[in-house]
Amino acid sequence: MTITLDTLKTQHLQWRAGFGPMPGQDLPSRIPQAVKQLLKESKQLQPLPAPDLNLQNINNLQGEARAAAAKMQREALQDLNCQWLNQMSTSKAQLREKMTLFWHGHFACRLRYPGVVQVQNNTLRKYALSPFPELLTAISKDPGMLQFLNNQQNRKQRPNENFARELLELFTLGRGHYTENDIREAARAFTGWGYNVQGEFVFRARQHDTGSKTFMGKTGNFNGDDILQILIENPRTAIFITQKIYTFFVSEKVNEDHVNELSKWFYSSGYNMEGLLEKVFTADWFYTSEVMGSHIKSPVELLVGMQRMFGLEYTDKRAPLVLQRVLGQVLFQPPNVSGWAGGLTWIDSSSLAFRLRMGQALLQDAALEVALKPDDDSEPSKPVQRRADGLRVVQARADFQKFIQEMVKVPEHKLAEEMSLFLLQVPLQKQKLAILQQSIVGKTSREEKITTLALHLVSLPEYQLS
Amino acid sequence: MSKSRRDFLKLSALASGMLFVPNFLHASQGMGLLGNSNGRRLVVIQLSGGNDGLNTVIPFEDDLYYKARPSLAINSGKVLQLQNGLGFHPSLDKMRQLYDQGFLTVMNSVGYPNPDRSHFRSTDIWHTASASDEYLKTGWLGRYLDSCCTGSSAAHMALEIDDSLSLALKGEKYNGMAVQDVRRFYQASQDRFLKQMAKTHHHDAHEHHQVDYLYKTLINSQQSAEYLHQQVRAYRSNQEYPKGEFSKNLKTIAELITSGVESRVYYASLSGFDTHIRQEAQQARLLQELSEGLYSFVQDLRQHQAFDDTLIVVFSEFGRRVNQNASNGTDHGTANNLFLIGGKLQKAGIYNAAPNLADLDAGDLKHQIDFRNIYATLLQNWMQADAGAVLGGSFKALDKLV
Repeated sequence: MTITLDTLKTQHLQWRAGFGPMPGQDLPSRIPQAVKQLLKESKQLQPLPAPDLNLQNINNLQGEARAAAAKMQREALQDLNCQWLNQMSTSKAQLREKMTLFWHGHFACRLRYPGVVQVQNNTLRKYALSPFPELLTAISKDPGMLQFLNNQQNRKQRPNENFARELLELFTLGRGHYTENDIREAARAFTGWGYNVQGEFVFRARQHDTGSKTFMGKTGNFNGDDILQILIENPRTAIFITQKIYTFFVSEKVNEDHVNELSKWFYSSGYNMEGLLEKVFTADWFYTSEVMGSHIKSPVELLVGMQRMFGLEYTDKRAPLVLQRVLGQVLFQPPNVSGWAGGLTWIDSSSLAFRLRMGQALLQDAALEVALKPDDDSEPSKPVQRRADGLRVVQARADFQKFIQEMVKVPEHKLAEEMSLFLLQVPLQKQKLAILQQSIVGKTSREEKITTLALHLVSLPEYQLS
Repeated sequence: MSKSRRDFLKLSALASGMLFVPNFLHASQGMGLLGNSNGRRLVVIQLSGGNDGLNTVIPFEDDLYYKARPSLAINSGKVLQLQNGLGFHPSLDKMRQLYDQGFLTVMNSVGYPNPDRSHFRSTDIWHTASASDEYLKTGWLGRYLDSCCTGSSAAHMALEIDDSLSLALKGEKYNGMAVQDVRRFYQASQDRFLKQMAKTHHHDAHEHHQVDYLYKTLINSQQSAEYLHQQVRAYRSNQEYPKGEFSKNLKTIAELITSGVESRVYYASLSGFDTHIRQEAQQARLLQELSEGLYSFVQDLRQHQAFDDTLIVVFSEFGRRVNQNASNGTDHGTANNLFLIGGKLQKAGIYNAAPNLADLDAGDLKHQIDFRNIYATLLQNWMQADAGAVLGGSFKALDKLV
């Protein structure tokens, strides 16, 4: 291949709308067609399989039995994590998986029961590209959500405001666009929303407050669905969601004009999510040098991106979990209900040093030593072994064959330049390119040259950007 | 530390830092030290997992304590008695010696309103100094760096002895730095290819600021590694430390302090306190490790005349329930005790009354002191920093504490 401006744009689209390019899987070189194809491929819906586990209430168990059940649960959760990570890398429905990740950070729940996690994740995936009101309703009735934000405990006599508060602050309007009274009244409207032992949504009429409520200036005998409807009718919700989409897919530096235009269209279209994304991905400003390569890859984007490019195979299938933890983003374990902060918060000197070391270690099958902080939430005390998760060793094997195939037509003196364009989303400064080209002098086989360059490129700060 | 010695250190820091100041970082940015540095430093010790405070500082005259803990209560004959009906766990013999010398303050019932019983959430609340329903993405020590740092040396102004950095040390503009082992950290920073690339990197007006940011972080880290490595090479101490990771980390902090590293904040953790089952042996061992490690650390600092400028604070994300559970352990609770250790405490001993076991909130202790008031005190009265800027204004410093 020879990299042209068009290929750079397509790569940009693949990184942002999905998890980066995969050798041998090309998109049409014209952007509008490429976006159409992405959307078409994302019609496909592949849910995560249900964990093979009897859901029982662990709180009824004691001692060893409880510890054993907790261990099974943790392992099932880890399996789900790996399955999703794998699906992100192999699925053709790249945009759907990316949007599922987006919504996972937006409706961020941290749950223990694998079955509940799986159901919630599949709900997010199912409605990932649907009009926002459909998703909002589905997730508000999701057992995991009801559990995480305590709506199960929200009863007429003792309202619990947790869900109502986050619904307004984090899911729809954003801070500063409602009053404390709106939260109290919304909470009353959601009384009686809960789930049963089968993990299905139930409306418990006897716990529901049927009195009159005044919410956002409207008065009536509102129930939960009415509150959601009022929130959808409020253009603030469209602005808030559009801003978040923009920050996630375009840039941390929000361009108010672009967001205004997009959110107006989004609102008037009835919150057409596919349409909104198509507008973003086909806009001229999406392909300016200001936007391209300005995004710091999240740990998940970094890991999945490498997986797609180099077909990594981990020696231990749970190794990606260790990497997620040390990099600071574990799927199904967002830091809190407001999700991952993203952007520069991924980077400090230690996490950057690890990122720079990680790529080359994984690609050359080298043992990568990882020290983890203890995680008491998912790993209760083990009296014998205190530093139970001290040092872990992560190892993987890469498959360079497809990658080498991509470079087959590139002449030797162009190798560093072409590979940098293929692997990096920011242009590499000339002097750095010269150092790279210099690094393969004396290497005899083509394979060795390409591998050497790849190892160098993935260890650059520039590789952290997309 | 005398003024002239500080000035000397500033100069030597500057000199070593200059070695790697690349052309895109101005020399004046190279090594800026804290404007209002008063030579004092803070050492924060986190007991991860939720230490059982009631079995650490024991209300051995309170029948309710013995009622709540039929098999876990510490026999009053074994308790190391302090005063006001409180005594230390038998493993804390060395800490009792610090207490007797007037180097230790026990603060009871420290917590926050609407306590969260999840480890990760409560840890975040302590790290970010947020309210229970507020989500902040920066930590209190990171914001301390933001409030008074200039230039690229900010990174090693706050050091965590670990391989990864806690949220507590992440600021908006500046982050602390995680260093488990200075020599290993230095060696890792010497990657030839990356050093070459970092040297070659120059600011390009057409490039994203993110590229510069990443290179700046990389270069700061290379510089700090160089600086710390040079400093600690000179360290000699004959202080004996107990075995174990935690004591080794305290020794690393002592090395850094006594070799003249100008960091203001040090951070270390001791983990394993999540004692849902078979608490007795586990907690006894951990408390012994804590007590003996801290004692050696204090002796080391005293030998080097560095103790008076050091304040140690020991906290845990929550205490545990008053009633023990059926597995000879305790489940997640709320308010807890907190220790201050230092050579210049204004109020050594027991700071406030023991927790009231007759007045519980659904089986949990009620907090009497908000931890953010303690943070405000440490920032304002000890570090002479702007507590309002770091904590958001409304938390008053506690009088006559440090």
